[in-house]
Amino acid sequence: MSKEHDKGMSLIVKVITRLTVGLILLFGIYIVLHGHVSPGGGFAGGVIIALSFVHLMLAYGKDVALKKLPKTAMSFFESMGAILFLSIALLGFTGGYFFLNFISKGEPFRLFSAGTIPLSNIAISLKVGAGLFAIFVVLVLLKFEWEKKE
Amino acid sequence: MIIYLLCLILFCCGLYCILRKRNIIKIILGIIIAEYAVNLFFILVAYRMEGRSPILSSEVEIVNMVDPLPQALVLTAIVIGLATTTLLVALAMRIYEKYKTFDITKIKELRG
Amino acid sequence: MTATSNILPLFVGISLAGAFLTSIVGKKLKWLPDLMGSLTTLILLGLSLITVRIVATQGILVYSVGGWKLPIGIALVLDGLTVFMLVTVNLMAFFIAIYSINYMEKFTSKWKFYTLFLLMVAGMNGVVITGDMFNLFVFLEIASVASYALVAFGTERHELEAAFKYTVMSIVGSLFVLLGIVFLYSYTSTLNMADMANILAQKSASNITIMVSVLFIMGFGLKAALVPFHAWLPDAHPSAPAPISAMLSGVLIKSLGVYTLCRVFYNVIGINSSLSLILMVLGTLSMVIGVFLAIGQWDFKRLLAYHSISQIGYVILGIGLGTPLGMIGGLFHLFNHSVFKSLLFLNSGAVEYATGTRDLQKMGGLMTKMPITGTTSLVASMSIAGIPPFNGFWSKLIIIIACVQANRLGYAFWAVLASILTLASFMKVMKYAFFGKLREKWNKVEEVPVFMKLSMVILALICVVGGVLLIYNINEVFLKPASDVLLEGTKYADIVFKGIQ
Repeated sequence: MSKEHDKGMSLIVKVITRLTVGLILLFGIYIVLHGHVSPGGGFAGGVIIALSFVHLMLAYGKDVALKKLPKTAMSFFESMGAILFLSIALLGFTGGYFFLNFISKGEPFRLFSAGTIPLSNIAISLKVGAGLFAIFVVLVLLKFEWEKKE
Repeated sequence: MIIYLLCLILFCCGLYCILRKRNIIKIILGIIIAEYAVNLFFILVAYRMEGRSPILSSEVEIVNMVDPLPQALVLTAIVIGLATTTLLVALAMRIYEKYKTFDITKIKELRG
Repeated sequence: MTATSNILPLFVGISLAGAFLTSIVGKKLKWLPDLMGSLTTLILLGLSLITVRIVATQGILVYSVGGWKLPIGIALVLDGLTVFMLVTVNLMAFFIAIYSINYMEKFTSKWKFYTLFLLMVAGMNGVVITGDMFNLFVFLEIASVASYALVAFGTERHELEAAFKYTVMSIVGSLFVLLGIVFLYSYTSTLNMADMANILAQKSASNITIMVSVLFIMGFGLKAALVPFHAWLPDAHPSAPAPISAMLSGVLIKSLGVYTLCRVFYNVIGINSSLSLILMVLGTLSMVIGVFLAIGQWDFKRLLAYHSISQIGYVILGIGLGTPLGMIGGLFHLFNHSVFKSLLFLNSGAVEYATGTRDLQKMGGLMTKMPITGTTSLVASMSIAGIPPFNGFWSKLIIIIACVQANRLGYAFWAVLASILTLASFMKVMKYAFFGKLREKWNKVEEVPVFMKLSMVILALICVVGGVLLIYNINEVFLKPASDVLLEGTKYADIVFKGIQ
């Protein structure tokens, strides 16, 4: 606990962050899962998920955030999101068309409806969430040559 | 009509910024402004009088909705803009590392 | 819709899958990125050769993604021009991928290179194969973003400066393209190219089409590096690693610039005499100014980059003429240029790999130490300068004959003049780089590794036998369908709508 207090912002920010960051993440997941019945979707939800990690990193410093989601995991999730999306598209060939919505569409306005669209949303949110956080981390942690020497 | 002209002026502001400014960061800002002017124009083109957002819901029947397609397309354009802007910012940081300046008049080793 | 048309989405799908698999697995296994790069492009090359046969036997293929009917869903269209571009892009991508196996050893993270490379290939294949206006823009941006990152791949001073210049100018070009698409969408209320062509043909000509034409000439002209918009090319192309220079000069400016210009102006908006005049003037300007700027260069790759501008001028001149012979000449020159310009950039990369310099004044006599690089470079130089048995001669000859036939003697004169100046500047390259006396410090120079030699030799062979494409039978299935698509003009729409049934 004491170690966590050394880096990052002041105690107030940390306490508030600890209370809100879970809710932000949850809200992002909600936006992703309800992407096909309400405004939002994979991209918007993915951005919110990434922002929750960015929030954590701003308040607690890079070590805590990177312990939660290491760099290797980020790049893995990013590529995995793309591959998942592509395989959903390729699975459409089972019905004869690329990108065919081959699962039954179900009833409108229900959570479990719209066939492959929620699955695609999840794939996109993985890609966007991991990608955006990776961009943030890479830009923040970029060390200049003259800084490395010091 | 006036609103399209305002959009055009915004676009021209962006272009002016790209062409005239010497600071790399200001050039990047100019690109962002021009990009958003185009996106805004696309959204405005799809608007119709008294139209409402094209979101289907079980309670309300929508009679007069705006064209939903440009909104989807603009979302794609925004994502592309995010990618290019990030790349530009990363390039700008790397350039600062090598040249120790953001002034493009001092970054001109390639010519001829 | 037949079973064979399922081949169409694979061109994008396979290259994207290759890119992302490389980025997941390539970090751990050092040998995998090389294999993935070569294998993916080999599969794509095979598929594109199959499509030549498909179009010859079954005619045009239209695929609607996701099973949505044509004007609503995204359409993929396979016609003669698409097949021609697919073969060009994937042929070059395959040989350049083989070349990079050895060349990219000196860079630390090969998997990043191959991921971006395959993304670029995916973007180019997508641009060529799509039949939807906005989809074209998206793929154009995928290929462009990958190329920005690849130009800056070395992250040294010059690379970064060139990449920044290239990125800013190219983004402005993309913005003009997007603005043009917005105007077209608001005017026609559709994004499908065939549908758009139909509606534009029904409405009479208006100021909107003129405005859109201007925006597209600026946007796609910038991507194709036509002369008033060429300033980024001589910086960006030499700064990239040699395989990427070859890819950028060989196919990227063609699939993102020339192909899109042809497709939009001939098949969607519909060509008229003033547009064709603009294309011809821009082509001639690029041809002459490019070659004049090239002669004074001492940097090997920069000289080649200026020649790219000049040779793209020939292609645009041939296509802008609008006569059947001019089209065949322009498209044939497009194919030939991608072969010999890629080969020349690979040669310059081989010289840089062996000696570490790109300055022509510091080279000399390398023919004795690097016979294969020297010979292939000689073949490519003679091709680009238009010496008879090689492929460049035939295409330039056709373009000049087409100019004379269309009674445009002035353009023919400039084409001949540019060709002579090209010959002069490549004689300079040959004299300073490969012939003459060997310098002391190059005594220990060795020939490049096996994969680099392999791809250079095969490309040189294509240069030698390239003229074969004009033989009647091959011409019938490869070049002629491509120029026919352009000649049909806005009838393209009817053909696409017929293809859907």
